[in-house]
Amino acid sequence: MGKVIVVTSGKGGVGKTTSSAALGAALAHKGDRVVIVDFDVGLRNLDLVMGAERRVVYDLVNVIQGEAKLSQALIRDKRLETLFLLPASQTRDKDALTPEGVETVITELKRVFDWVICDSPAGIERGATLAMRHADIAVVVTNPEVSSVRDSDRIIGLLDAKTAKAERGERIEKHLLLTRYDSNRAERGDMLKVDDVLEILSIPLIGIIPESMDVLRASNIGAPVTLADARSAPAMAYFDAARRLAGEVLPITIPGEKRGIFGKIFGRKAA
Amino acid sequence: MSIFSLFRKQRSAPMARERLQVLLAHERASSSSDLVSVLREEILAVIAKHVQLDSDKVHVKMDRDENVSILEIDVEIPLDAALQAA
Repeated sequence: MGKVIVVTSGKGGVGKTTSSAALGAALAHKGDRVVIVDFDVGLRNLDLVMGAERRVVYDLVNVIQGEAKLSQALIRDKRLETLFLLPASQTRDKDALTPEGVETVITELKRVFDWVICDSPAGIERGATLAMRHADIAVVVTNPEVSSVRDSDRIIGLLDAKTAKAERGERIEKHLLLTRYDSNRAERGDMLKVDDVLEILSIPLIGIIPESMDVLRASNIGAPVTLADARSAPAMAYFDAARRLAGEVLPITIPGEKRGIFGKIFGRKAA
Repeated sequence: MSIFSLFRKQRSAPMARERLQVLLAHERASSSSDLVSVLREEILAVIAKHVQLDSDKVHVKMDRDENVSILEIDVEIPLDAALQAA
């Protein structure tokens, strides 16, 4: 039986889709069977970030409404054969996602895949609550910035109240993924530090992704950053986060913390 | 104040941290509002049986901590109603 992960944040633009793709590819890279499900009905983008936008035929809503079989809607990644994508619908209204339909799809996916990654839409509406509904593990994506931290706090509250696990009286496993972190700015006192965010949100840290050009470059070419350039700083941070999700215990390093004299001089460019 | 402090911009991260801590403490307290509003209604109903009071003079607050929760109930009873009851 596979595990269900929801990648969520409340706030938009913090890196949910980027992180879903990067973590999914990292898990699939070591041979696990992974499916990433785009829950952002109406504004799908996971297909584009993963470079599969021209291969979408059927989507999640088609499957839920019985217009297509799950196997018809799943898109296999061209680079990793254990990585699949289930796209969101582009045109229909958000009510097209029904709780029963989502449950059926997730149950079926869990049977086939080791990991079912649910890429949540922004906000706290239906799409977001359905994406987290059946999760075993939540990855809360947060930027070191006040509005993102506040929204993450709301989402943590929802995870503890509105998920199927919470309603059964069980505890949902929650992890913080800090993205777009700039250790130079944090050291200068112009960005919340890792410890600040951890203290405020008080959930365990699964990884710190440095602010990097490599992330944009990867989405430009339509590849998860862990596949576009596996040696880049964000990719390595995502690989480590994926290993922690799978249960490994690895020390967390703050990317870019130890900087030589050149790094200090060319601080911004070097990041 | 030294002349140098005019040139040095104040660091902003500590402010962000402090503002968030204050705000979230408040929001977490009100997010358990389902329970709080139920309690508030019921407490109001019980007291209203005996004393006439304004519904907005009943304040119910829940503070949650990792180890302990504190339920704070603050009821303001008008002076004449208090005399009547006594």
